[in-house]
Amino acid sequence: MTPLDIWTYVIVGSTFALYIGIAIWARAGSTSEFYVAGGGVHPVANGMATGADWMSAASFISMAGMIAFNGYGGSVFLMGWTGGYVLLALLLAPYLRKFGKFTVPEFIGDRYYSQSARVVAVISLLVASIVYVIGQMTGIGVAFGRFLGVSYEMGIFAGMGIVAVYAILGGMKGITYTQIAQYIVLILAYTIPAIFISLQLTGNPLPQLGLGAEYRPDGVPSGISLLAKIDQVVTDLGFKEYTTSMMGSKLNMFAYTMSLMIGTAGLPHVIIRFFTVPKVADARYSAGWALVFIAILYTTAPAVGAMARLNLMETIQIGPVGEETGNLLYTERPDWFERWEVTGLLRFEDKNNDGRIQYYDDTNPEFAARAAEWGWQGNEMVRVDNDIMVLANPEIANLPNWVIALTVAGGLAAALSTAAGLLLAISSAISHDLLKGVLKPDISEKQELNAGRWSMVAAIALAGYLGLHPPGFAAGTVALAFGLAASSLFPALMLGIFAKRMNNTGAIAGMITGLIITLIYVFQHRGIMFIPGTAFLEPLGMSPNWFFGITPEAFGMIGAIANFAVALVVSKFTAPPPEHIQHLVEDVRVPRGSGPAPHLSAALEH
Amino acid sequence: MRAEMTPEKRKEYWKSNLRLLAVLLTIWFVVSYGFSILLVEPLNQFYLGGYPLGFWFAQQGSIYVFVAIIFVYAAMMNKLDEKFDVGE
Repeated sequence: MTPLDIWTYVIVGSTFALYIGIAIWARAGSTSEFYVAGGGVHPVANGMATGADWMSAASFISMAGMIAFNGYGGSVFLMGWTGGYVLLALLLAPYLRKFGKFTVPEFIGDRYYSQSARVVAVISLLVASIVYVIGQMTGIGVAFGRFLGVSYEMGIFAGMGIVAVYAILGGMKGITYTQIAQYIVLILAYTIPAIFISLQLTGNPLPQLGLGAEYRPDGVPSGISLLAKIDQVVTDLGFKEYTTSMMGSKLNMFAYTMSLMIGTAGLPHVIIRFFTVPKVADARYSAGWALVFIAILYTTAPAVGAMARLNLMETIQIGPVGEETGNLLYTERPDWFERWEVTGLLRFEDKNNDGRIQYYDDTNPEFAARAAEWGWQGNEMVRVDNDIMVLANPEIANLPNWVIALTVAGGLAAALSTAAGLLLAISSAISHDLLKGVLKPDISEKQELNAGRWSMVAAIALAGYLGLHPPGFAAGTVALAFGLAASSLFPALMLGIFAKRMNNTGAIAGMITGLIITLIYVFQHRGIMFIPGTAFLEPLGMSPNWFFGITPEAFGMIGAIANFAVALVVSKFTAPPPEHIQHLVEDVRVPRGSGPAPHLSAALEH
Repeated sequence: MRAEMTPEKRKEYWKSNLRLLAVLLTIWFVVSYGFSILLVEPLNQFYLGGYPLGFWFAQQGSIYVFVAIIFVYAAMMNKLDEKFDVGE
């Protein structure tokens, strides 16, 4: 074992011991105040816990990598996954808290006085959550692959086992203090390497300012800003300019951001947290505090991405572009390079057999022609998986071993906490909403619990299997999940509060329309259930992103618009909701009289 | 027990809420979709330190504004609840 391996085992092991220790300690005193979510949990503490719940492998492991390789285009993730909290806080959280139910399908079932509406909501929830878990599995595969020094596939299998144990031990989830510990591990693991690297490159310890500062490698002024330097380094090798490169068209970026925002407000495992705060006013503030803690990571991520990109380019292109000695000899590649090659996520192929690494954009015809004159025969970094960037970043920057180890621990904390939360949402949807609520109301509590456990195991197996051939990088896969939530659940929730006249037929028709057209568009591009080879674009003679150039990840906005439109039109031509439902809506709009909050762990068990 | 809200009061409270939502969601939209996406090129002509301004809004500024919007909303709504005496 190398010193780095030892550090990694020690840090990952002790963070896990910490989470479990807190859980056991908290359980021992069952009357302890933090166990009762309705009691002593301060909105700030609740916000921190929500932050840990929310920030998943997509935020921690994947997002900065997406930003590193998409530059400005990566902004869709930054805005999408934070701006959604505004919608959540302003349009949903306080009203759903007033309504006072355990699950999202329960709200939809009651508001639309219909078991069918509840079943449609359960299906939407299951589809979105399972896709979301696939994204987590992708991240877990990357982290475990690197951590254990095995292939990505083996990493997924190891991850499946750990997620299963973690989620089935379960109760841990409900304890706010475990999540606070996870948040602290996660945020330290993210910001400490960023501070180190920002100091190295700009002399400014705050990454948020470092990204906008002058480029000063090792303290030597260069006269240009860091961003200008990155633009120069990437365009010198034929890549698109960092600060202006788009993610598809402008319309696509708009739709992408919108899908993520409304998806954020429609995802059940996030909404659930606001059911459990003591008062309606607290639901408003809790969302704000959650966003503060999320923003610490999200405003650091652009610096992490940009600086990782610069360091990666400079590691490989060590001298002037076009000169033979400008490219790194493969035999002299750094240790981190070799370690990532083991996972299969980083791959080099010596196309021109010169023993040196040429990393450039060979899809840029103008630059490829110039490169050919130097004897370059194509980009030799045949695979640089976006998802490795955050984990590899401290290694690339030569940071101390303990920092590298801490990053791995943070990535695992992010992936595991969110995966466990989602699995609980999935199992409660099946056991509580579907079985107990609709299919077999007379099952015992024990049977309900068992059904929940089995559905969790099935969900892990399914997500792990599908995660072997993920439809995209972790953040891209998770984006698909958001699109599905955006197109199905968000409109029904929002109309349920803001449109008194909305009736059961309208809401059901809307949800089904939104979900189905989004699923069709996604499966058409990425395969049915993401199984390779089942995409059906070509058989229909369609080109990718045929709908106004919108990518499947961004299609949630279109699905949501269709949902709203169908719901409003259908409800206009069908009978209005009964009197007592209209009173219910009036009542939800006023904070006074909200009942006591359900116990958080009860809400999660249900 | 305090008296039930009259339907008129109820309407008025809801209208004030909607008005506040309209203002805040406009800011939300302008900062993210306006400054950061639709108008990013013209704004990139200006700089904030080393940041092109449009790029800064997309990757930093919009997030700070989002946080501010939620706290302003929470504070204003609490005041409104007090004014209409509907708080808890």
